[in-house]
Amino acid sequence: MTYGYYPGCSLHATAKEFNISMRAVCKAFNIELTEVEDWNCCGATPGHTTKEELGLALPYSNLINASKQGLDNIVAPCAACYNRLKSADYSVNNSPLVKERMSQIIGEEKQRDVKIFNVLEFFRDVYGLDKLKSEVKKPLSNLNAACYYGCLLVRPSKVLQFDDEEDPQSMDQIMQTLGAKTVDWSSKTECCGGSHAIPETEIVLELARRIFSSAVKAGADCIVVACPLCHSNLDMRQKQINARYGTNFDLPVFYITELIGLALNISPKDLGMNAHFVDTKIVIEKIG
Amino acid sequence: MQIKLDNSVDKFAGEIESLSGFNVYDCYQCGKCTAGCPVAQFTDESPTKLLRLIQLNQKDQVLKSKTPYLCATCNTCSGRCPMQIDVTKIMETIRIYAKKNHIKPPVQEVNTFSDVFLDSVHSGGRLFEFGMTLNYNLKNMTPFLNAQLAPAMLKVGKLSFIRQKTKNKKRLKDIFDKSDYFEPKEEVSKKEH
Repeated sequence: MTYGYYPGCSLHATAKEFNISMRAVCKAFNIELTEVEDWNCCGATPGHTTKEELGLALPYSNLINASKQGLDNIVAPCAACYNRLKSADYSVNNSPLVKERMSQIIGEEKQRDVKIFNVLEFFRDVYGLDKLKSEVKKPLSNLNAACYYGCLLVRPSKVLQFDDEEDPQSMDQIMQTLGAKTVDWSSKTECCGGSHAIPETEIVLELARRIFSSAVKAGADCIVVACPLCHSNLDMRQKQINARYGTNFDLPVFYITELIGLALNISPKDLGMNAHFVDTKIVIEKIG
Repeated sequence: MQIKLDNSVDKFAGEIESLSGFNVYDCYQCGKCTAGCPVAQFTDESPTKLLRLIQLNQKDQVLKSKTPYLCATCNTCSGRCPMQIDVTKIMETIRIYAKKNHIKPPVQEVNTFSDVFLDSVHSGGRLFEFGMTLNYNLKNMTPFLNAQLAPAMLKVGKLSFIRQKTKNKKRLKDIFDKSDYFEPKEEVSKKEH
Protein backbone atom coordinates (compact mmCIF):
# COMPACT_ATOMS: atom_id res chain seq x y z
CA MET A 1 0.00 0.00 0.00
CA THR A 2 1.24 3.49 -0.86
CA TYR A 3 -0.13 6.63 0.72
CA GLY A 4 0.74 10.28 0.38
CA TYR A 5 2.38 11.78 3.44
CA TYR A 6 2.17 15.38 4.59
CA PRO A 7 4.45 15.68 7.62
CA GLY A 8 4.15 19.44 8.14
CA CYS A 9 6.69 21.68 9.87
CA SER A 10 6.37 20.46 13.48
CA LEU A 11 7.18 16.87 12.62
CA HIS A 12 10.72 17.91 11.74
CA ALA A 13 11.30 19.74 15.04
CA THR A 14 9.22 19.74 18.23
CA ALA A 15 7.17 16.71 17.15
CA LYS A 16 9.99 14.66 15.70
CA GLU A 17 8.96 11.53 17.63
CA PHE A 18 5.55 11.70 15.94
CA ASN A 19 7.31 11.48 12.56
CA ILE A 20 9.75 8.77 13.70
CA SER A 21 7.03 6.59 15.26
CA MET A 22 4.63 7.09 12.33
CA ARG A 23 7.27 6.00 9.87
CA ALA A 24 8.38 3.05 12.04
CA VAL A 25 4.82 1.76 12.43
CA CYS A 26 4.03 2.16 8.72
CA LYS A 27 7.23 0.31 7.85
CA ALA A 28 6.18 -2.57 10.12
CA PHE A 29 2.78 -2.64 8.36
CA ASN A 30 4.37 -2.51 4.89
CA ILE A 31 2.72 0.82 4.21
CA GLU A 32 4.79 2.99 1.92
CA LEU A 33 4.60 6.72 2.60
CA THR A 34 5.30 9.10 -0.29
CA GLU A 35 5.95 12.65 0.84
CA VAL A 36 3.94 15.36 -0.93
CA GLU A 37 6.48 17.00 -3.23
CA ASP A 38 7.72 20.44 -2.21
CA TRP A 39 5.04 20.76 0.46
CA ASN A 40 4.67 24.09 2.24
CA CYS A 41 3.41 25.09 5.69
CA CYS A 42 -0.39 24.91 6.15
CA GLY A 43 -0.39 28.34 7.83
CA ALA A 44 -1.85 26.85 11.03
CA THR A 45 -3.77 29.25 13.31
CA PRO A 46 -1.78 32.41 12.35
CA GLY A 47 -2.74 31.86 8.69
CA HIS A 48 -6.51 31.74 8.99
CA THR A 49 -6.71 34.36 11.75
CA THR A 50 -4.64 36.90 9.77
CA LYS A 51 -6.06 36.58 6.25
CA GLU A 52 -8.83 34.15 5.39
CA GLU A 53 -7.53 33.54 1.88
CA LEU A 54 -3.99 32.91 3.12
CA GLY A 55 -5.41 30.31 5.52
CA LEU A 56 -6.89 28.51 2.51
CA ALA A 57 -4.29 29.06 -0.22
CA LEU A 58 -1.36 27.73 1.85
CA PRO A 59 -2.93 24.32 2.54
CA TYR A 60 -4.62 24.18 -0.88
CA SER A 61 -1.24 24.53 -2.57
CA ASN A 62 -0.29 21.17 -1.03
CA LEU A 63 -3.42 19.49 -2.35
CA ILE A 64 -2.56 20.74 -5.85
CA ASN A 65 0.93 19.24 -5.51
CA ALA A 66 -0.46 15.95 -4.24
CA SER A 67 -2.93 15.76 -7.11
CA LYS A 68 -0.17 16.47 -9.65
CA GLN A 69 1.83 13.63 -8.14
CA GLY A 70 -1.12 11.31 -8.71
CA LEU A 71 -1.82 10.74 -5.03
CA ASP A 72 -5.40 9.70 -4.20
CA ASN A 73 -4.94 9.95 -0.44
CA ILE A 74 -2.72 11.74 1.98
CA VAL A 75 -2.25 11.16 5.66
CA ALA A 76 -1.45 14.23 7.75
CA PRO A 77 -0.36 13.20 11.27
CA CYS A 78 -0.35 16.77 12.65
CA ALA A 79 -3.90 17.63 13.70
CA ALA A 80 -3.46 21.30 12.76
CA CYS A 81 -2.25 20.42 9.26
CA TYR A 82 -5.07 17.88 8.89
CA ASN A 83 -7.62 20.46 9.95
CA ARG A 84 -6.30 23.16 7.58
CA LEU A 85 -6.04 20.79 4.60
CA LYS A 86 -9.61 19.61 5.17
CA SER A 87 -10.86 23.19 5.63
CA ALA A 88 -9.30 24.35 2.36
CA ASP A 89 -10.68 21.33 0.51
CA TYR A 90 -14.14 21.89 2.00
CA SER A 91 -14.22 25.59 1.12
CA VAL A 92 -13.13 25.00 -2.46
CA ASN A 93 -15.60 22.14 -2.93
CA ASN A 94 -18.50 24.07 -1.45
CA SER A 95 -17.98 27.56 -2.82
CA PRO A 96 -17.47 28.34 -6.51
CA LEU A 97 -16.38 31.82 -5.43
CA VAL A 98 -13.56 30.45 -3.25
CA LYS A 99 -12.61 27.94 -5.95
CA GLU A 100 -12.20 30.77 -8.45
CA ARG A 101 -10.15 32.84 -6.02
CA MET A 102 -7.83 29.93 -5.28
CA SER A 103 -7.10 29.39 -8.95
CA GLN A 104 -6.52 33.15 -9.38
CA ILE A 105 -4.06 33.17 -6.47
CA ILE A 106 -2.19 29.95 -7.19
CA GLY A 107 -2.59 29.90 -10.96
CA GLU A 108 -3.28 26.17 -10.95
CA GLU A 109 -6.14 23.89 -10.07
CA LYS A 110 -6.40 20.53 -8.38
CA GLN A 111 -6.57 17.84 -11.05
CA ARG A 112 -8.18 15.10 -9.02
CA ASP A 113 -9.70 14.50 -5.62
CA VAL A 114 -7.27 13.84 -2.83
CA LYS A 115 -8.65 12.28 0.34
CA ILE A 116 -7.17 13.59 3.57
CA PHE A 117 -6.79 11.36 6.63
CA ASN A 118 -5.66 12.01 10.17
CA VAL A 119 -3.74 9.20 11.93
CA LEU A 120 -6.73 7.92 13.91
CA GLU A 121 -8.81 7.65 10.75
CA PHE A 122 -5.85 6.14 8.95
CA PHE A 123 -5.25 3.30 11.40
CA ARG A 124 -8.88 2.66 12.35
CA ASP A 125 -10.64 2.99 9.00
CA VAL A 126 -8.02 2.71 6.27
CA TYR A 127 -5.71 0.10 7.79
CA GLY A 128 -8.52 -1.37 9.91
CA LEU A 129 -8.90 -2.50 13.51
CA ASP A 130 -9.00 -6.22 12.64
CA LYS A 131 -5.68 -6.05 10.86
CA LEU A 132 -4.25 -3.90 13.63
CA LYS A 133 -5.36 -6.48 16.20
CA SER A 134 -3.69 -9.31 14.32
CA GLU A 135 -0.38 -7.41 14.36
CA VAL A 136 -0.28 -6.83 18.13
CA LYS A 137 2.69 -8.69 19.61
CA LYS A 138 2.75 -7.10 23.02
CA PRO A 139 -0.72 -6.11 24.25
CA LEU A 140 -0.78 -2.93 26.28
CA SER A 141 -2.67 -4.58 29.14
CA ASN A 142 -2.37 -2.87 32.56
CA LEU A 143 -2.44 0.48 30.81
CA ASN A 144 -5.16 2.99 31.74
CA ALA A 145 -5.04 5.50 28.94
CA ALA A 146 -6.76 8.87 28.80
CA CYS A 147 -7.42 9.43 25.10
CA TYR A 148 -7.13 13.15 24.46
CA TYR A 149 -8.47 14.37 21.12
CA GLY A 150 -8.38 18.13 21.68
CA CYS A 151 -10.05 20.38 19.11
CA LEU A 152 -8.46 20.09 15.72
CA LEU A 153 -9.19 16.40 15.09
CA VAL A 154 -12.92 16.69 15.70
CA ARG A 155 -14.06 20.27 15.11
CA PRO A 156 -15.70 21.64 13.05
CA SER A 157 -17.46 18.31 12.44
CA LYS A 158 -19.32 19.65 9.39
CA VAL A 159 -15.95 20.10 7.67
CA LEU A 160 -14.02 17.13 9.06
CA GLN A 161 -16.83 14.52 8.94
CA PHE A 162 -14.78 12.24 11.14
CA ASP A 163 -15.75 11.50 14.73
CA ASP A 164 -18.26 12.74 17.32
CA GLU A 165 -17.19 16.23 18.35
CA GLU A 166 -18.37 15.90 21.96
CA ASP A 167 -17.52 12.25 22.69
CA PRO A 168 -15.19 10.87 20.02
CA GLN A 169 -14.28 7.17 20.12
CA SER A 170 -11.71 6.50 17.38
CA MET A 171 -8.61 6.77 19.59
CA ASP A 172 -10.29 4.78 22.37
CA GLN A 173 -11.06 2.03 19.87
CA ILE A 174 -7.46 1.91 18.66
CA MET A 175 -6.12 1.81 22.23
CA GLN A 176 -8.57 -0.96 23.17
CA THR A 177 -7.51 -2.90 20.09
CA LEU A 178 -3.94 -2.64 21.36
CA GLY A 179 -5.13 -4.23 24.62
CA ALA A 180 -5.24 -1.11 26.81
CA LYS A 181 -8.07 0.12 28.99
CA THR A 182 -9.31 3.61 28.25
CA VAL A 183 -10.73 5.83 30.98
CA ASP A 184 -13.97 7.78 30.81
CA TRP A 185 -13.06 11.37 31.43
CA SER A 186 -14.40 14.84 30.89
CA SER A 187 -11.55 16.55 29.06
CA LYS A 188 -11.39 14.48 25.87
CA THR A 189 -12.15 17.40 23.60
CA GLU A 190 -11.26 20.34 25.84
CA CYS A 191 -8.82 22.79 24.29
CA CYS A 192 -5.16 22.89 25.48
CA GLY A 193 -4.75 26.48 24.27
CA GLY A 194 -2.91 25.41 21.13
CA SER A 195 -0.81 28.12 19.59
CA HIS A 196 -1.32 30.45 22.59
CA ALA A 197 1.67 28.65 24.18
CA ILE A 198 4.03 31.45 23.19
CA PRO A 199 1.95 34.66 23.28
CA GLU A 200 -0.42 33.70 26.13
CA THR A 201 1.46 31.08 28.15
CA GLU A 202 -0.69 31.61 31.27
CA ILE A 203 -3.80 30.47 29.39
CA VAL A 204 -2.08 27.29 28.20
CA LEU A 205 -0.82 26.47 31.69
CA GLU A 206 -4.31 26.76 33.14
CA LEU A 207 -6.01 24.78 30.36
CA ALA A 208 -3.40 22.03 30.57
CA ARG A 209 -3.74 21.95 34.37
CA ARG A 210 -7.46 21.26 33.98
CA ILE A 211 -6.73 18.44 31.53
CA PHE A 212 -4.19 16.80 33.85
CA SER A 213 -6.40 17.08 36.86
CA SER A 214 -9.33 15.41 35.11
CA ALA A 215 -7.07 12.64 33.71
CA VAL A 216 -5.67 11.92 37.18
CA LYS A 217 -9.14 11.92 38.70
CA ALA A 218 -10.23 9.33 36.13
CA GLY A 219 -7.33 7.06 37.13
CA ALA A 220 -5.26 7.45 33.96
CA ASP A 221 -1.58 6.60 34.00
CA CYS A 222 -0.85 8.31 30.71
CA ILE A 223 -2.37 10.66 28.16
CA VAL A 224 -2.54 9.75 24.48
CA VAL A 225 -2.57 12.43 21.78
CA ALA A 226 -2.46 12.77 17.99
CA CYS A 227 -1.45 16.43 17.77
CA PRO A 228 1.97 18.11 18.12
CA LEU A 229 0.46 21.18 19.81
CA CYS A 230 -1.34 19.08 22.42
CA HIS A 231 1.86 17.09 22.97
CA SER A 232 4.13 20.06 23.48
CA ASN A 233 1.64 21.85 25.73
CA LEU A 234 1.16 18.76 27.90
CA ASP A 235 4.61 17.14 27.84
CA MET A 236 7.06 20.02 27.46
CA ARG A 237 5.18 22.31 29.84
CA GLN A 238 4.20 19.79 32.53
CA LYS A 239 7.06 20.86 34.81
CA GLN A 240 6.11 24.52 34.33
CA ILE A 241 2.50 23.68 35.26
CA ASN A 242 3.64 21.93 38.44
CA ALA A 243 5.78 24.92 39.35
CA ARG A 244 2.99 27.39 38.60
CA TYR A 245 0.24 25.60 40.55
CA GLY A 246 2.18 23.58 43.15
CA THR A 247 0.85 20.34 41.66
CA ASN A 248 2.86 17.18 41.12
CA PHE A 249 1.54 15.78 37.89
CA ASP A 250 3.75 13.08 36.47
CA LEU A 251 1.84 11.82 33.46
CA PRO A 252 3.70 10.65 30.38
CA VAL A 253 2.12 11.92 27.16
CA PHE A 254 2.31 9.62 24.15
CA TYR A 255 1.57 10.00 20.50
CA ILE A 256 -0.83 7.24 19.44
CA THR A 257 1.77 6.05 16.92
CA GLU A 258 4.31 5.49 19.72
CA LEU A 259 1.88 3.20 21.54
CA ILE A 260 0.99 1.31 18.37
CA GLY A 261 4.75 0.86 17.95
CA LEU A 262 5.20 -0.46 21.49
CA ALA A 263 2.39 -2.96 20.93
CA LEU A 264 4.21 -4.12 17.79
CA ASN A 265 7.27 -4.63 20.02
CA ILE A 266 9.30 -1.88 18.37
CA SER A 267 11.85 -0.54 20.86
CA PRO A 268 11.09 2.83 22.52
CA LYS A 269 14.30 4.23 21.07
CA ASP A 270 13.28 3.32 17.52
CA LEU A 271 10.02 5.16 18.14
CA GLY A 272 11.85 8.35 19.13
CA MET A 273 10.64 8.11 22.70
CA ASN A 274 13.90 9.42 24.13
CA ALA A 275 12.69 12.87 23.07
CA HIS A 276 10.04 13.13 25.80
CA PHE A 277 10.28 15.62 28.66
CA VAL A 278 8.21 13.57 31.13
CA ASP A 279 9.85 10.21 31.82
CA THR A 280 8.03 7.39 30.04
CA LYS A 281 9.76 4.60 32.03
CA ILE A 282 6.88 3.90 34.43
CA VAL A 283 4.49 3.24 31.59
CA ILE A 284 6.94 1.21 29.54
CA GLU A 285 7.65 -0.98 32.59
CA LYS A 286 3.93 -1.42 33.13
CA ILE A 287 3.55 -2.74 29.61
CA GLY A 288 6.40 -5.14 30.38
CA MET B 1 -22.18 49.92 31.34
CA GLN B 2 -23.91 52.57 29.24
CA ILE B 3 -24.65 51.84 25.62
CA LYS B 4 -25.56 54.62 23.22
CA LEU B 5 -27.82 53.23 20.58
CA ASP B 6 -27.15 54.82 17.25
CA ASN B 7 -28.20 52.68 14.37
CA SER B 8 -27.92 55.50 11.90
CA VAL B 9 -24.11 55.50 11.80
CA ASP B 10 -22.23 52.67 10.26
CA LYS B 11 -24.18 49.47 10.83
CA PHE B 12 -21.25 47.49 12.13
CA ALA B 13 -23.46 44.41 12.49
CA GLY B 14 -24.13 44.43 8.77
CA GLU B 15 -20.42 44.61 8.01
CA ILE B 16 -19.67 41.67 10.27
CA GLU B 17 -22.55 39.76 8.69
CA SER B 18 -21.32 40.20 5.14
CA LEU B 19 -17.68 39.54 6.05
CA SER B 20 -18.30 36.46 8.20
CA GLY B 21 -21.24 35.02 6.31
CA PHE B 22 -23.32 34.75 9.51
CA ASN B 23 -26.26 36.80 10.68
CA VAL B 24 -25.47 38.02 14.20
CA TYR B 25 -29.17 38.74 14.82
CA ASP B 26 -29.75 34.99 14.85
CA CYS B 27 -28.17 35.05 18.33
CA TYR B 28 -30.79 35.06 21.11
CA GLN B 29 -28.25 35.27 23.94
CA CYS B 30 -28.62 31.75 25.33
CA GLY B 31 -25.04 31.79 26.62
CA LYS B 32 -24.07 28.32 25.46
CA CYS B 33 -20.97 29.64 23.67
CA THR B 34 -19.72 31.25 26.86
CA ALA B 35 -20.53 28.20 28.99
CA GLY B 36 -18.25 26.02 26.88
CA CYS B 37 -15.54 28.58 26.14
CA PRO B 38 -12.20 27.38 27.58
CA VAL B 39 -10.78 30.91 27.73
CA ALA B 40 -13.93 32.69 29.03
CA GLN B 41 -12.29 33.33 32.41
CA PHE B 42 -9.48 35.25 30.73
CA THR B 43 -11.64 37.44 28.49
CA ASP B 44 -13.03 40.90 29.15
CA GLU B 45 -16.31 40.40 27.28
CA SER B 46 -17.86 36.94 27.12
CA PRO B 47 -18.56 35.62 23.61
CA THR B 48 -22.31 36.04 24.30
CA LYS B 49 -21.85 39.67 25.28
CA LEU B 50 -19.58 40.34 22.33
CA LEU B 51 -22.30 39.06 20.01
CA ARG B 52 -24.77 41.40 21.72
CA LEU B 53 -22.40 44.35 21.31
CA ILE B 54 -22.16 43.59 17.59
CA GLN B 55 -25.96 43.42 17.34
CA LEU B 56 -26.05 46.89 18.91
CA ASN B 57 -23.41 48.23 16.47
CA GLN B 58 -20.99 49.00 19.31
CA LYS B 59 -18.00 48.94 16.99
CA ASP B 60 -15.51 50.74 19.24
CA GLN B 61 -16.22 48.53 22.21
CA VAL B 62 -15.99 45.36 20.11
CA LEU B 63 -12.68 46.39 18.60
CA LYS B 64 -11.28 47.25 22.04
CA SER B 65 -12.16 43.83 23.46
CA LYS B 66 -9.41 41.29 24.08
CA THR B 67 -11.81 38.39 23.54
CA PRO B 68 -11.29 37.81 19.79
CA TYR B 69 -7.52 37.68 20.39
CA LEU B 70 -7.65 35.35 23.37
CA CYS B 71 -10.01 33.05 21.43
CA ALA B 72 -8.06 29.85 20.86
CA THR B 73 -10.23 29.07 17.79
CA CYS B 74 -11.14 25.71 19.36
CA ASN B 75 -14.60 25.83 17.72
CA THR B 76 -16.46 24.53 20.79
CA CYS B 77 -18.88 27.49 20.65
CA SER B 78 -19.55 27.03 16.95
CA GLY B 79 -20.34 23.35 17.40
CA ARG B 80 -22.79 24.05 20.23
CA CYS B 81 -24.63 27.16 18.99
CA PRO B 82 -28.33 26.26 18.67
CA MET B 83 -28.63 28.76 15.82
CA GLN B 84 -25.57 27.39 13.98
CA ILE B 85 -23.73 30.69 14.21
CA ASP B 86 -20.03 30.06 13.67
CA VAL B 87 -18.98 32.11 16.70
CA THR B 88 -15.30 31.27 16.15
CA LYS B 89 -15.64 32.67 12.64
CA ILE B 90 -17.09 35.89 14.08
CA MET B 91 -14.06 36.17 16.43
CA GLU B 92 -11.69 35.67 13.48
CA THR B 93 -13.64 38.18 11.42
CA ILE B 94 -13.16 40.83 14.11
CA ARG B 95 -9.42 40.18 14.28
CA ILE B 96 -9.02 40.29 10.51
CA TYR B 97 -11.26 43.37 10.25
CA ALA B 98 -9.06 45.20 12.77
CA LYS B 99 -5.90 44.14 10.98
CA LYS B 100 -7.21 45.20 7.59
CA ASN B 101 -8.24 48.59 8.95
CA HIS B 102 -4.97 49.12 10.87
CA ILE B 103 -6.67 49.21 14.24
CA LYS B 104 -4.29 48.66 17.14
CA PRO B 105 -4.90 45.18 18.55
CA PRO B 106 -5.79 45.08 22.27
CA VAL B 107 -3.54 42.02 22.70
CA GLN B 108 -0.40 42.87 20.77
CA GLU B 109 1.39 39.61 21.71
CA VAL B 110 -1.07 37.41 19.82
CA ASN B 111 -0.69 39.49 16.66
CA THR B 112 3.09 39.60 17.02
CA PHE B 113 3.14 35.81 17.24
CA SER B 114 1.02 35.50 14.09
CA ASP B 115 3.26 37.99 12.30
CA VAL B 116 6.55 36.26 13.11
CA PHE B 117 5.04 32.86 12.30
CA LEU B 118 3.85 34.04 8.89
CA ASP B 119 7.10 35.95 8.22
CA SER B 120 8.95 32.69 8.69
CA VAL B 121 6.62 30.86 6.29
CA HIS B 122 6.69 33.76 3.81
CA SER B 123 10.47 33.72 3.61
CA GLY B 124 10.99 29.97 3.34
CA GLY B 125 7.72 28.16 2.68
CA ARG B 126 8.05 26.18 5.87
CA LEU B 127 8.02 27.27 9.49
CA PHE B 128 11.43 27.50 11.11
CA GLU B 129 10.42 27.09 14.76
CA PHE B 130 13.72 28.13 16.31
CA GLY B 131 14.09 31.28 14.20
CA MET B 132 10.47 32.23 14.75
CA THR B 133 10.75 31.94 18.54
CA LEU B 134 13.87 34.12 18.62
CA ASN B 135 12.17 36.64 16.39
CA TYR B 136 9.09 36.69 18.63
CA ASN B 137 11.21 37.36 21.71
CA LEU B 138 13.03 40.21 19.97
CA LYS B 139 9.88 41.86 18.65
CA ASN B 140 8.06 41.38 21.91
CA MET B 141 11.08 42.60 23.90
CA THR B 142 11.04 39.50 26.10
CA PRO B 143 14.45 38.05 25.23
CA PHE B 144 14.30 35.16 27.68
CA LEU B 145 10.69 34.10 27.27
CA ASN B 146 10.51 30.30 27.09
CA ALA B 147 14.31 30.17 27.35
CA GLN B 148 13.93 27.79 30.30
CA LEU B 149 12.73 25.14 27.83
CA ALA B 150 15.71 25.52 25.52
CA PRO B 151 18.36 23.38 27.29
CA ALA B 152 15.99 20.41 27.63
CA MET B 153 14.78 20.81 24.05
CA LEU B 154 18.36 20.87 22.89
CA LYS B 155 19.16 17.74 24.89
CA VAL B 156 16.37 15.69 23.28
CA GLY B 157 17.02 17.14 19.81
CA LYS B 158 13.83 19.17 19.53
CA LEU B 159 15.59 22.41 18.70
CA SER B 160 16.26 22.13 15.02
CA PHE B 161 18.74 24.64 13.61
CA ILE B 162 18.34 23.40 10.07
CA ARG B 163 16.15 25.62 7.98
CA GLN B 164 14.05 23.81 5.36
CA LYS B 165 12.83 25.78 2.36
CA THR B 166 10.43 25.04 -0.47
CA LYS B 167 11.54 25.20 -4.10
CA ASN B 168 8.53 26.82 -5.76
CA LYS B 169 9.31 30.45 -4.89
CA LYS B 170 6.80 31.89 -7.35
CA ARG B 171 3.92 29.91 -5.84
CA LEU B 172 4.83 31.13 -2.38
CA LYS B 173 5.14 34.75 -3.50
CA ASP B 174 1.79 34.58 -5.28
CA ILE B 175 0.06 33.13 -2.23
CA PHE B 176 1.33 35.87 0.05
CA ASP B 177 0.92 38.71 -2.47
CA LYS B 178 -2.50 37.84 -3.83
CA SER B 179 -4.35 36.48 -0.79
CA ASP B 180 -6.98 38.90 0.45
CA TYR B 181 -8.12 39.47 4.03
CA PHE B 182 -11.53 37.97 3.41
CA GLU B 183 -12.66 35.22 1.10
CA PRO B 184 -15.67 36.01 -1.12
CA LYS B 185 -19.00 34.91 0.40
CA GLU B 186 -22.55 34.48 -0.74
CA GLU B 187 -24.99 36.99 0.70
CA VAL B 188 -26.27 35.71 4.04
CA SER B 189 -29.91 36.16 3.03
CA LYS B 190 -29.40 33.83 0.08
CA LYS B 191 -27.84 31.12 2.22
CA GLU B 192 -29.85 28.01 2.90
CA HIS B 193 -30.67 27.50 6.55
